[in-house]
Amino acid sequence: MLRCEAEVFRPRTLNDALQMRADMPDATVLAGGTDVMVYLEAGVLKPTRILDLWGCQGLRGLGFADGSQVYGAGLTCTDVLQSVQAHPLLRDAAATVGAVQIQNRATLGGNICNGSPAGDTLPVWLALNAEFELASVRGFRRVPAATFWRGYKQMDLQPDELLVSIHVPAVTGNSHFRKVGTRMAQAISKVIFAGRSVAGREARLAFGAVGPTPMRCAAAEEALVAGAPVDEVVRLLEEEIVPIDDVRSTALYRRKVAGRIVRRWLESLPRG
Amino acid sequence: MIVRFNCNGSDVQVDTPPMARLLDVLREDLRLVGSKEGCGEGECGACTVRIDGAPVMSCLVPVAQVDGCRVQTIEGLGSPATHAVQTAMLMFGGAQCGICTPGICMSAAALLEENPHPTAEAVRVALAGNLCRCTGYQKVVDAVCGALAGGAS
Repeated sequence: MLRCEAEVFRPRTLNDALQMRADMPDATVLAGGTDVMVYLEAGVLKPTRILDLWGCQGLRGLGFADGSQVYGAGLTCTDVLQSVQAHPLLRDAAATVGAVQIQNRATLGGNICNGSPAGDTLPVWLALNAEFELASVRGFRRVPAATFWRGYKQMDLQPDELLVSIHVPAVTGNSHFRKVGTRMAQAISKVIFAGRSVAGREARLAFGAVGPTPMRCAAAEEALVAGAPVDEVVRLLEEEIVPIDDVRSTALYRRKVAGRIVRRWLESLPRG
Repeated sequence: MIVRFNCNGSDVQVDTPPMARLLDVLREDLRLVGSKEGCGEGECGACTVRIDGAPVMSCLVPVAQVDGCRVQTIEGLGSPATHAVQTAMLMFGGAQCGICTPGICMSAAALLEENPHPTAEAVRVALAGNLCRCTGYQKVVDAVCGALAGGAS
């Protein structure tokens, strides 16, 4: 039985939420609860105040603005799976999060701000050149996904800020998502990959669970754009990632699998 | 906090800490003990209930978030008449020790509302969040596939 006597604040509007965030920067932010409730139950989080955004209006939209797709931070994985507009890479990632019961509560913003290197949807934002829109009573700012995660669970997010939306520019190319876990569902990733390639112009090779943050492999990306052989791209990315041994897997396994995922994907693409 | 919601068709109100788990409120305050606690961390699905129709892990839902919602538990699924999926679980021998069974029935009932004649693959995806340690999966899949196929309903 969970005994948490924290005071809970439940803003209905974004303005109220931002004011509350400014007033209580120490509060734990709660959305669908699929991470926070686990931390509370385990006793690793003992907040006195909780800011519950689940009922906050205006965070669950999916639309377009200034040529970008805009995803509300409060969209659940199920919302994404039920939307025909959501990018296929994101849909593939959302389908691998937990199982139906988790997908019905887990939010895009929660995954991003929990900041686990093994967050299933996070490499997708790197592959899609996404930007995160952060809001506070001071105003709005945009942070590229590529610089948002600074270290293990360290985010470019001030104590008075909330993530409100994710902006994805119109991008092209072949794309590929792959999660490797112990089983298909209800498994924390050993390796996650999201990639996108526009032959000769742009490449994104983004991984999760192979370093302290979700990460891109810049040298391998450059080599791919330059038309290097697959062997060379794989060799470079295997050098760039920094996996560790832990309860879920070994560094050796993760490095081999990361290379194999990319090799298979690139070899399936039309060359040119 | 006074939380008001509709539980199995009846309006209820509970005076509870807002972060109490929905699972505990159901079992302790409302004495609906059909929903089980397995892992307590959203891995096993034994505590699955439906909120506004959607299956959720009730161990991961703070009760404050169901204020104003419609909650259905296994007790509500089987009332007034046994649900087709419950009947099918009996017919196909889909339950062994029974701890996972209420959660499986809730997930399966949600699937069957969307897709009355699911493939075995669709059933396995819909039930991927419900673990059975008796490993009785095949009979469960058979039961859900057969629930509305004829007779059981």
